[in-house]
Amino acid sequence: MERFQTLHSPAVPLPLENIDTDQIIPARFLKATTREGFGDNLFRDWRYNPDNSPKPEFALNNPRYSGQVLVAGKNFGCGSSREHAAWALYDYGFRVVISSYFADIFRGNALNTGLLPLQVSDETLGRLLAAIHENPALELVVDLPSQTLAVPAWGETFSFAIDPYKKECLINGYDDIDFLVNQKPAIEAFEKQRAWVW
Amino acid sequence: MPRTLFDKIWDAHVVRSIEGGQDVLYIDRHLIHEVTSPQAFDELAARDLGLFRPSQIIATADHNVPTLNQHLPIEEPLSRSQVDKLTENCQKYGIELYGLGHQRQGIVHVIGPELGLTQPGLTMVCGDSHTSTHGAFGAVAFGIGTSQVAQVMASQCLLLSRPKRMRISVEGELRPGVTAKDIILYIISQLGTGGATGHFVEYAGSAIRALSMEGRMTICNMSIEMGARGGLIAPDATTFAYVQGRPFAPQGEAWDAALGYWQTLYTEEGATFDTEYTYQAADIAPMITYGTNPGMGIPITGHVPSEVPTTEAESFDKSLKYMGLQRGESLLGKQIDYVFIGSCTNSRIEDLRTVAAYVQGKRKAGHVEAIIVPGSKQVEQQAIAEGIDKVLAAAGFELREPGCSACLAMNEDKIPAGKYCVATSNRNFEGRQGPGSRTLLASPLVAAITAVQGRIVDITEYLN
Repeated sequence: MERFQTLHSPAVPLPLENIDTDQIIPARFLKATTREGFGDNLFRDWRYNPDNSPKPEFALNNPRYSGQVLVAGKNFGCGSSREHAAWALYDYGFRVVISSYFADIFRGNALNTGLLPLQVSDETLGRLLAAIHENPALELVVDLPSQTLAVPAWGETFSFAIDPYKKECLINGYDDIDFLVNQKPAIEAFEKQRAWVW
Repeated sequence: MPRTLFDKIWDAHVVRSIEGGQDVLYIDRHLIHEVTSPQAFDELAARDLGLFRPSQIIATADHNVPTLNQHLPIEEPLSRSQVDKLTENCQKYGIELYGLGHQRQGIVHVIGPELGLTQPGLTMVCGDSHTSTHGAFGAVAFGIGTSQVAQVMASQCLLLSRPKRMRISVEGELRPGVTAKDIILYIISQLGTGGATGHFVEYAGSAIRALSMEGRMTICNMSIEMGARGGLIAPDATTFAYVQGRPFAPQGEAWDAALGYWQTLYTEEGATFDTEYTYQAADIAPMITYGTNPGMGIPITGHVPSEVPTTEAESFDKSLKYMGLQRGESLLGKQIDYVFIGSCTNSRIEDLRTVAAYVQGKRKAGHVEAIIVPGSKQVEQQAIAEGIDKVLAAAGFELREPGCSACLAMNEDKIPAGKYCVATSNRNFEGRQGPGSRTLLASPLVAAITAVQGRIVDITEYLN
């Protein structure tokens, strides 16, 4: 996993609520057996017409918007547990998703992919979406070590929460497998007293 | 201190807790399928790691498989390659595979319970969000991503924060025509699609206890549709009777020991929940969804809401536009093009019996295409043994071979753009059943009546 520390970037707005992982990456694109290449089909049916021509009104096709940060409506990533959704966002080039609420499985998958799910209040989210709409070049500064999101143009900084262990993993590029494999002596000892499996 | 059912099971599986509040949680059973496992196997191979406990992994091919001519090689090359990859990996690592052609093949959340692999008190995971289904037996079961699939393969454990607890009680008797599916669609319509995020839900109350295991599985299955990490129901005599005698159920002395333990699995008096809701069964009507998330449900005789909060208006109107519906509209009389009966939510023998009992001696409407996809080979065989296949055929329903099918349209089973499908599955997301498809979620009984009538009706006027 790649390390994440600080990011300066404009953002792409997607002001819709309850964006489910079927929209992020439709099931028919889940047939690959590797992790790469899902970015081409990110938001496929919102991004392209059935004849594969781009839908100009969709944010990812709008030349006004660019950047490594996606700002989306609340309850982002609900539905299917497919980690391919996080891979698709990452493969496309996003490194941070800002929303006022994330679905649990998506949040975990994003952290395991190196994509930072950054939760802000409903009010801050509304202000961000409106401001990006007004000024697509609005720069956001995400700093993981200090757990802050800064909007220099506003002179404001917001703090965000993240599990301390996952924060360390992301900063250092570690994942859970290394940690868990190192727990084997404790796991084997635990198995010996597991009495409920018949 | 009195503990909840969930906490009893979770506590029993904590190998150790680490600083910052995460637990190393031991996983008893790991179910895998072809779509979310290949990258996990590759991850282990890339790190030169073996599988820690391959005997605790059970595999099946379900998401991608055709539902016609399963005895022939899969035509679609990408699907075939994914299914072949699963077979290859299972052979390489010594994992029990119930693949295509196996008499125990089926949807992962259907075969676990029917084989007796799903038991009270276990922790179970799968790279699939509907793993919560197994919670119907009083297990802590939940969906995980592929990175976590690799973690469980490597260590039989996951690193997790303990979720909050929620209890949802449904009390009293259900009205005629109201089933488990209506209960859960009702609950989700009340809480919304993110209403239980961060929580593990215990379903309780007399209406839940009165349900069969199939009904309980339908309820727990859809926990994720309100954002819950999982859902579970305390095991009781109904649970034990279902498990007893199944291929992987404990036998003899082991059964007695298991039963003794399972009977301790309930929420103690005075245990506290972070959130509690209580509903009256009598308030629940046959339900249907009108929108593009499972929280957008109404009684079948109801109206699409006219008013929504301003902040939600854009998403709401986008959803109605996709569905070709208007604010304030009634769905009664709406013509339907397809009926899909299947998925890990409603493809069990009880669901097929419900449909067969209704359509016996009737015929589907001429313009409706009605497809029934059994959850497993065992369900299919049972349906044939009971003569259900003949009843369905006489009514013009097509009985297919097992798989996830048109629930997520990864195989050929797709609903064409713009067409309306009443489906017994779990998600009505845009494009879920194929690009442009319009899904209305409902119970198997509502689906059967809709197929016969060809349009949405007040089903309580059409009950046998």
